[in-house]
Amino acid sequence: MNNLLSTIEEKLKAKFGEGILSAEMHYDFPVFTIRKDIIHDVIKFLKEDEELAFGFLTTMCGLHYPDNAGHELGVMYQLHNMPKNYRIRLKTFFAISDPQIPTITDLYASANWMERQEFDFFGIIFKGHPNLKRILNMDEMTYHPMRKEYPFEDGTREDKDDKMFGR
Amino acid sequence: MSKEKNTNTDIIEKEYTTLNLGPTHPATHGIFQNVLKMDGELIVEGESTVGYIHRAFEKIAERRPYYQITVLTDRLNYCSSPINNLGWHMTVEKLLKIEIPKRVQYLRVIIMELARISDHIICNSVIGVDTGAMTGFLYIFQQRESIYDIFEELCGARLTTNIGRIGGLERDFSPKAWALIDKFLAEFPAKLKEFENLLMRNRIFMDRTIKCGPISAEMALEYGFTGPNLRAAGVDYDVRVMNPYCSYEEFEFTVPVGTQGDTYDRFMVREEEMWQSLSIIKQAIEKVKKEPAGVYHADVPEFFLPPKEEVYNNMEALIYHFKIVMGEADVPVGEVYHCVEGGNGELGYYLISDGGRAPYRMHIRRPCFIYYQAYTEMIKGALLSDAILTMSSMNVIAGELDA
Repeated sequence: MNNLLSTIEEKLKAKFGEGILSAEMHYDFPVFTIRKDIIHDVIKFLKEDEELAFGFLTTMCGLHYPDNAGHELGVMYQLHNMPKNYRIRLKTFFAISDPQIPTITDLYASANWMERQEFDFFGIIFKGHPNLKRILNMDEMTYHPMRKEYPFEDGTREDKDDKMFGR
Repeated sequence: MSKEKNTNTDIIEKEYTTLNLGPTHPATHGIFQNVLKMDGELIVEGESTVGYIHRAFEKIAERRPYYQITVLTDRLNYCSSPINNLGWHMTVEKLLKIEIPKRVQYLRVIIMELARISDHIICNSVIGVDTGAMTGFLYIFQQRESIYDIFEELCGARLTTNIGRIGGLERDFSPKAWALIDKFLAEFPAKLKEFENLLMRNRIFMDRTIKCGPISAEMALEYGFTGPNLRAAGVDYDVRVMNPYCSYEEFEFTVPVGTQGDTYDRFMVREEEMWQSLSIIKQAIEKVKKEPAGVYHADVPEFFLPPKEEVYNNMEALIYHFKIVMGEADVPVGEVYHCVEGGNGELGYYLISDGGRAPYRMHIRRPCFIYYQAYTEMIKGALLSDAILTMSSMNVIAGELDA
């Protein structure tokens, strides 16, 4: 698996240079952090490269780190090359004030609902998405509930002490 | 037909009917809404609305200690809860780097394969019901009952099982559980054969299901299909083979594939998988016999609750008990993805830990949610009755769809 990490890192560095911010192993997964503006190009490259050919989008999800100023929101993508059984994870981070990122629905049809879900929960705007509207929550909702500033418990309750029951 | 094309004003302009299929409709087996544009009995296009039973599992999980999240996974695909439970335990064990004894792994394989059979029984018998064949459904459901009896003996619950614990199982299989499993293994093949005789080469059933709701392999991959639905389209992707977990690499089984990706192929793939699951269970029982008896969890006192009598009489056990229940156990920082072959396909858990008592972020790859978006594409141009059949053969489970 370390082989896979270095192979892909070399290929990506050769093609995109400084846009690849980090490459490391997390358990059994090679994880790459990519600059936001080239994320679509990187995924397109990974999909169309003859050797890597990541033809299957396993899953994607939004991330929120309120303490990382300027890079609060993020998206994680997991790609899979089924014939060779390569799996990788890509991450990209951007500011919460400008939560825009290009869509990858033109590369994978399955990204459609996944992106709608992350828009719904994190307010990440996928530019170019054909039908970007809420999917699991009701349309009238005015906020994006998976962001960390929305507490799970009712904020008016005083009987539940976070020291004992919180995270 | 658009207005521009229709230059002859004598022709009456064609109108389409809008039909609301769902949210509650007796034929859809769950809360699914599809707004269909109909041309007579043909579907022109449709739009799915999901989220009717959304329960915010990913948000709730951010506040719960790891062992309390298992009950959330029960309610994903509730036709095969044990697979979800054990998939979650394996994810946390991967994060904690816990080595599970071989015997426990084989016991887990038995549980998961029983769950797979019960899942496929429901799906296949309901395909029968939707084609008008109620008998098979009534006959085979007795076998699902037997499986639920086994689960009841193993963990006390039948549907939402909460089976297993982080680090192993909550208790060993009792002699009665083994007897029930033996009884099931003896009875099930004949019953399954009887069910197959009713439907498999039945002229009416074949006419009804062949070429109904087909999807090509390319389209299926494009739309993120996994599990039996993808295999019916001809792609031999099975997580148990590709990324073996729980010692699946030691078992002999074949991965059935279809060719057309239609309702009949999905039915046949699930039928064959039940036979394969039976064979896996038999192999697992043989393997369990060779392992030291009585082992049902790994030796990880920081994460596995000690027996109650020790908690009352032993200081160390009491401390561990308290630390686990209050979520004070040390969890490493890291992120991990683990996937298992669920009833519907690749069920994956993505977990980010910041060392706190609850996950920092937990994301579930729900196979239903991802492949259900192809549904409106698959029913374009089909008859309404075929659309119902396509949905039931895709085995879309509302709990997993909406999480």
